[in-house]
Amino acid sequence: MSDGNSGQQFDRLPSTPDEREVEGRASRREVVDWWTERFAVPPETFDGIAFWEKGAGKVWAFAGEVDSPVRIEGLGMAFMRTRQEHWKPTTEAAQRFGAEAERNVIRLTREQADRFVAGEDQAIDWDGDWGYLIAAHGLAGTDAPLGVGLYLHGELRSRIPKGRRREF
Amino acid sequence: METLERYRPVIDDFEAFLGACRRPLPSAVRVNPIKASVGEVTAAFDEAGVGWEQAAWNDRVMTVDTDRPGNTWPYFHGWVHGQEVVSSLPATVLDPDPGERVWDAAAAPGSKTTHLAALMDDRGLLVANDSNLGRLSALRSNAERLGVTNVAVTNRDARNFSLKPFGGEPFDRALVDAPCSCEGTIRKNPDALDEWDLRHVRGVAGVQKGILRRAVQATREGGTVVYSTCTFAPEENEGVLDHVLGEEDCRLVETGLEVECAPGVTEWEGEEYDESVRKAARIYPQFRDTGGFFVAKLEVTA
Repeated sequence: MSDGNSGQQFDRLPSTPDEREVEGRASRREVVDWWTERFAVPPETFDGIAFWEKGAGKVWAFAGEVDSPVRIEGLGMAFMRTRQEHWKPTTEAAQRFGAEAERNVIRLTREQADRFVAGEDQAIDWDGDWGYLIAAHGLAGTDAPLGVGLYLHGELRSRIPKGRRREF
Repeated sequence: METLERYRPVIDDFEAFLGACRRPLPSAVRVNPIKASVGEVTAAFDEAGVGWEQAAWNDRVMTVDTDRPGNTWPYFHGWVHGQEVVSSLPATVLDPDPGERVWDAAAAPGSKTTHLAALMDDRGLLVANDSNLGRLSALRSNAERLGVTNVAVTNRDARNFSLKPFGGEPFDRALVDAPCSCEGTIRKNPDALDEWDLRHVRGVAGVQKGILRRAVQATREGGTVVYSTCTFAPEENEGVLDHVLGEEDCRLVETGLEVECAPGVTEWEGEEYDESVRKAARIYPQFRDTGGFFVAKLEVTA
């Protein structure tokens, strides 16, 4: 097996680890299992969605069908980062699929949510796992996911990208 | 505003037209059903004390009582997209179904693309193309904020767009929301007419003809192509349709829109256009307090 990964094209992830041809590349099963284990998102949430890699570890979620590999500018949504010890969902993946999550979701007050989307780190009590959490707040009767935070040593570090931050 | 004088012969109640063009445009949003329901959006605006009013023809399109819809929670969550009311017309007319193959030929910054994705239930293949790489990044960030996963983004000249990356198969539907002289955005951009120039109008009309021709060629027999602009200039609207009707296998059909509109014009500055261009819809700002818009629906016949 070689690295075989390219920043110039999208390659569909293999279905299972057994079908892996490119070293280090995640499989679809591992991606879906990770969301189930980390956030208790039901696997059927991802029915009809294929995962693709472009650039080392950057995984995209795409509901359409095209032949792999494909050299175009974008394919669905930037979904998560793999090929590192702690996999990390993107803000947009947390918002789109995080509503289904039942584990490692940290619920913020409105004031905490304001600070979170402004990109601020804040001290918050949390009894659950450390690492990447989905931050959510109550909006219009729903538990609306805001994005991804990194929880370490009693602090929630906002991981909202600069271009997505807001000051309300 | 003198530029608009050229349309006096084709617009009824021209003074009302000029008056509307001078007024600022209300802020509007489109509800994004990929991430939220109309009820959730209106409840969130209510919680924030932001007034809203739904369009008569579409309950997912609403004007909002804030100058900065981008600074609200529904926007942050991708529950809404800031988009003027008439900008929701082309995808409504194209009316794609989930699972179809759809091409958005001039897609950036993605307002119509994301509307198409919503109408497709985020299923099927939506190819969003734009020749301007810089504007594609805006399209991508809008599509991601709105939670769209069925879009493939390309950076090509639409006039010779290749179907190769997409299995060589034609599309079921195509949208040409063409680059144009943007006269109809005068209420949003008061300087929209400062650079107006008849040579530019004629030049951009050439590009529009090329893109619309390619869209008809790239769509299957029986498929639908929608052509739209935000300009009043017949050279860029009916003139483009008339040209493409003569060159490609297609015909105009009714838009099916339930909004107040005027028919396409068949005579302009000594030119005569095919009678069927009357099926196109001209939306003037004085009708429903919107921007100006032009939209036409074509059926591909071979």
